[in-house]
Amino acid sequence: MDFWKLFARNRSAVMGMGILVLIFLMAISAPFFFPDDPFSLAGQSMSSPGENGFLLGSDSLGRDVASGIAHGAKTSLLIGLLATLVAVFVGVIMGALAGYYGGVVDNLLMRTTEMFQTIPSFLFAILLVAIMKPSIESIVIAIAVVSWPAVARLVRGEFLSLRSREFVQACHTLGMGDIRIMLGEILPNCLSPIIVIGSLMVATAILIESGLAFLGLGDPNIMSWGFQIGAGRTLLRSAWWVCTFPGIAILLTVLAINLVGEGLNDALNPRLRDRS
Amino acid sequence: MESSKRRTRYVLKRLVQAIPIILAIVVLNFFLLQLAEGDAVDVLAGEAGSATPEYMAELRVKFGLDQPLIVQLGVYLKNVVSLDLGYSFRHDMPVSQLVLDRFIPTLLLMTSTIMLAVGFGIVLGLVAASGLNTWRDTAISIFALVTYATPLFWVGLMLIVVFSLKLGWFPTSGMENLAMFYEGWDRVIDIAHHLVLPTITLSLFYLALYTRLMRASMLEQAGQDYVTTARAKGLTERRIVFVHVLRNAILPVVTMAGVQVGALIGGSVIVESVFAWPGLGMLAFEALFARDLNLLLGIFLLSAVLVVAINLIVDIIYSTLDPRIEMG
Repeated sequence: MDFWKLFARNRSAVMGMGILVLIFLMAISAPFFFPDDPFSLAGQSMSSPGENGFLLGSDSLGRDVASGIAHGAKTSLLIGLLATLVAVFVGVIMGALAGYYGGVVDNLLMRTTEMFQTIPSFLFAILLVAIMKPSIESIVIAIAVVSWPAVARLVRGEFLSLRSREFVQACHTLGMGDIRIMLGEILPNCLSPIIVIGSLMVATAILIESGLAFLGLGDPNIMSWGFQIGAGRTLLRSAWWVCTFPGIAILLTVLAINLVGEGLNDALNPRLRDRS
Repeated sequence: MESSKRRTRYVLKRLVQAIPIILAIVVLNFFLLQLAEGDAVDVLAGEAGSATPEYMAELRVKFGLDQPLIVQLGVYLKNVVSLDLGYSFRHDMPVSQLVLDRFIPTLLLMTSTIMLAVGFGIVLGLVAASGLNTWRDTAISIFALVTYATPLFWVGLMLIVVFSLKLGWFPTSGMENLAMFYEGWDRVIDIAHHLVLPTITLSLFYLALYTRLMRASMLEQAGQDYVTTARAKGLTERRIVFVHVLRNAILPVVTMAGVQVGALIGGSVIVESVFAWPGLGMLAFEALFARDLNLLLGIFLLSAVLVVAINLIVDIIYSTLDPRIEMG
């Protein structure tokens, strides 16, 4: 209750939440409003918005842009969420082990994250998808692989500072096992920053996914916003709408998630709450 | 004298620290190559149309692909050290040659992008922080928020629609107008003309980042004791901001610019393929389409080395900006 009150105080976060809910509704209602395959020929090709019954126009193959956007919403949200879940899962495990035990594990993790900071991550994601062949799984794995180090660093820092606190020492004296202390005692205390970084990561994941799909590395059987823009770029001169509307969809989704993420940060981080 | 000696030692130390990272990336590259379906022989056989299994086995022996993995890794390491990044069968050229040919345009694009993004980011952040919570601050914050959420390739395409197709101010693609055979200054101007849209596109995202960072950094510095002291001395607000606060507030922006170089290379793949800018990113895009993995890995390796090099340069700049940085 308290949390929602705090969250609602941030007007832009509430607005972001509103947009996000709308996009979510669009994603789940796509099969009802656009029952046909978004790849299928739906009518006259190159219709401008509003023409021939196309709300947002059609492309050179007569595919409905609006249908593509509705179906693409599911792809973006799904890949963004899945990739983030995998990245957070791996990042929490690695960060927790490194922060709690220190020593060799910690050293190894820090060197690894250092290397990941050096590697151009988008290029690495491209390589991974190209090697594994484009599919939902390979895209999720590639995004997770380039995203987990940030979570690991964060969790490591939290575990490092929490492990020597009195309540943890008390757990040791009570004879609790390491795993129980890590999962049951320390982890709940650093959930807030994990939630915040996770929510912002969904936005980044959606941007990476759209970039991959734009370059032709999307799952060939699934409609996505990046694919629509990539397919429409040759039509820029004659049919601007094919590229324009999916881009607005990406922009709104990512913006909404960022706003919600910042709202979460304000609501969950009491220390930062009263800063301007 | 003493300080210059210390600086040289610091640079050398940072150079030595960079070696294991590059080594790790080379090893990673090798294993990515192993992960891929099929090896160089399969590619060659595919190119030739047909090849008997005996011939393919013979080729594998010739290329050392029948050796144990660890031996192959050793050979790969030795090759990389001698700047041999393998052969691109699609282009019929050594990868290192191809990559070096495309290096300059990317460097040009990245330099102009960093200058634009850091320069404008500092100015916008400064304006936003000095007019805190006024309409200027709000407008700049909204601008930063929106550009932060915009996909680069889409911005590029929209700029092409507006400024190239509708207004005709800038060319849609390429780095220069080869048909005109420009020379000297005419050529420089022509390239600069082609550079405008790609630079704006690539810098937008980072501009947003640096603006937000600069604003936060200015606000943080404004609360420091030395500002109170300066104000107590009777200095004008103008002088406090420009002589005292600005210098300190820029530091995090410079660090971030260094950290972001890797991301910038990723972004240049997208921007270069949108504008057909003939750099490494465009080459990566072509390699992707041709399924030329050797080439893609070569680009990956070179860009990682580039990131390490630029980080080193930023560290050195940083140590001159902030003498407190420990160089020991």
